[in-house]
Amino acid sequence: MDKHTASTERNAPEVASVARPVLRAGRIRQALLFTASAVLLTLAIFAAISFGAKDLTVSTVWSAVFHYDRSLMTHRIIHELRLPRVLGAAIIGAALAVAGSLIQGITRNPLGDTGVLGINAGAMFVVAVSFAFFPDLPYGTLIILSFLGALMSTLLVFGLGASAPGGLTPMRLTVSGAVTAALLGSMTSGIAIYFDLSQDLAFWYAGGVAGIKWSQLKILAPILLIVIAWSMGLARSISLISMGDEVALNLGLNLRRIRLLGLLTVVVLAGLSVSAAGAIGFVGLVVPHIARKLIGVDYRQIVPLSAILGAVLLVLADLGARMANPPEELAIGIMVSFIGVPFFLFLARKERREL
Amino acid sequence: MSRSLGTGDTRTTKAWLVCFVLAGISFAVLVLGLNTGTIRIPPLRVLDTLFGGGSGRDHMVLFEYRLPRIVVTVLAGAGLGAAGAVMQGLSRNALADPGVLGLHAGAALGLVMYVSFFRDLEGSVALFIPLFTFAGGVVAAVLIVMLSYSGSRGIVPVRLILSGIGVASGLSAITLYWSLRLDEDTYAFTARWLAGSVWGRDWIHAVALLPWIVIVLPYVLSQTRSLNNLSLGDETAAGIGTSVKRQRLILLGAAVALSSASVSMAGGIGFIGLIAPHLARRLVGPMYQHLLPVAALVGVVILVTADTIGRSVFQSNAIPAGVVVAVIGAPYFLFLLSRTK
Repeated sequence: MDKHTASTERNAPEVASVARPVLRAGRIRQALLFTASAVLLTLAIFAAISFGAKDLTVSTVWSAVFHYDRSLMTHRIIHELRLPRVLGAAIIGAALAVAGSLIQGITRNPLGDTGVLGINAGAMFVVAVSFAFFPDLPYGTLIILSFLGALMSTLLVFGLGASAPGGLTPMRLTVSGAVTAALLGSMTSGIAIYFDLSQDLAFWYAGGVAGIKWSQLKILAPILLIVIAWSMGLARSISLISMGDEVALNLGLNLRRIRLLGLLTVVVLAGLSVSAAGAIGFVGLVVPHIARKLIGVDYRQIVPLSAILGAVLLVLADLGARMANPPEELAIGIMVSFIGVPFFLFLARKERREL
Repeated sequence: MSRSLGTGDTRTTKAWLVCFVLAGISFAVLVLGLNTGTIRIPPLRVLDTLFGGGSGRDHMVLFEYRLPRIVVTVLAGAGLGAAGAVMQGLSRNALADPGVLGLHAGAALGLVMYVSFFRDLEGSVALFIPLFTFAGGVVAAVLIVMLSYSGSRGIVPVRLILSGIGVASGLSAITLYWSLRLDEDTYAFTARWLAGSVWGRDWIHAVALLPWIVIVLPYVLSQTRSLNNLSLGDETAAGIGTSVKRQRLILLGAAVALSSASVSMAGGIGFIGLIAPHLARRLVGPMYQHLLPVAALVGVVILVTADTIGRSVFQSNAIPAGVVVAVIGAPYFLFLLSRTK
């Protein structure tokens, strides 16, 4: 990892130059932002539970959540179908957004995202293989495999980029990530086609949160929440790294250790998310940029705000995917792409660096 | 490429020889491929049937079912290989590939538009399919060029690749959304198409693809001098007397036509346009009068082989050729990426 430090210094006009953010939002502004986004998330979750194939009133939702009654059909719909789905979307959205913000900070690449860099695709490929050959694996095992898949593609992409002459430029990382994603995605669809995997086709092409069950959520949610909290602990060091290697080195930071820890965190977040919801791209790309624009360049605020906003985005995208063309469901990744792609192109246009 | 420079004559002879060998390989793979699947025809019987012998059943299977698909595969392979060679020359970027740059995603959108208009992939309206995919390819190309163009610097290579990735994702999302709005089956067809399965299997599909390749490919072959000049760099090309802007636009249009028409019948197959020119350069050097025909033939060999592997090795449920190509092609791309500056 140290090999490319020299080269990244040469081309390190910061992420900040892309977003032109407020340098650091004042205390009051920060408090307001967090309160507002938390309110927004609550509203989004309630809307997503209420609307769907069967519209429900807010009072029904309220009583179903807080005074659950097994004998009522509406309560059962909410409890068995909507709640795990919506909560799953929220927690996975948060995880993907945090993973994106970490990777953008570590690589100083404004286009960093677990989808673009092929990390999701690695996890997805392993999930497809295990569905094909060992369809009855317990979910706990699948999580571990998914994590290993994400680890494999991360090592591949970063290893390739770093071994090249000129080192790990943001451009090279993005391209090798995109090609790795194409390769693994292609193999995933090949496996899905060849083995006639009965799972909804959309899951294999653009992810989906429809199938999340309480049993999965029970394992997934605590781990993801712990890892997101742990990411906030890394945030200070990541802030320093994002200012440039010299700054970080002068402050006595162990760059290599932080980078490895950060990447490992990203791999855990991506691997776990994919195991439950397939490969959903762009959340990790778009959300950190919005957070940075709103709250400034300090990752101690960017990471938590990204978590909340990522949850909002995925809950709304899932609601949109359900409402777009009922009774059919659109893949959630397509909905996110609609929001994410224009933004990605806007950023690509601002990219001033050469190869 | 460190290659001893021979005289023009020996190089041309070598190029002819390479072309001949590649054509022979393609033919051999095709004949062997006929010996797989539900109705097998052994190689000798294939040759016999081709020259007028064979039973009536062999005749029907070969000419009605197998041959149109073979023609589609051969034409599409040639189109993709040549399109890649032209794109790499135009952008002077060894990593330019119609698939990576998002042209195929545009073609896919065109295909879905066609389906929502005509709802029929079989009848004589199928002649319009390449027209729609070409329109989609042009839309994608215009978008990518606009996004990567900067007033002061022309087309910025970094932005070209990044815009390509973004445009490809965006257009694929629109395509899948639109196909799901039509019906489940179209959605499944589109998803499979995006994975790169050769689906053109009737004479109508071969006929639809034929004019695009037999008109555009010879035209591009007649332009090898401009391609040679353009790949030297704009100043040099202008100095020699090439009208750079116009030539580049026309040739880009030709490359989009070749690749969009090819994928219209063969599915969104990436990487052929990337690998074929590279292998061709290794075989016959960088001059376009040798490179272009060889790249087209390498494209044929790759697609024919990938399709045969996908259908015969994985019996009962064929794997799309695009997946086979990606498994071989992506590592090669990554290898190239790790060596270019």
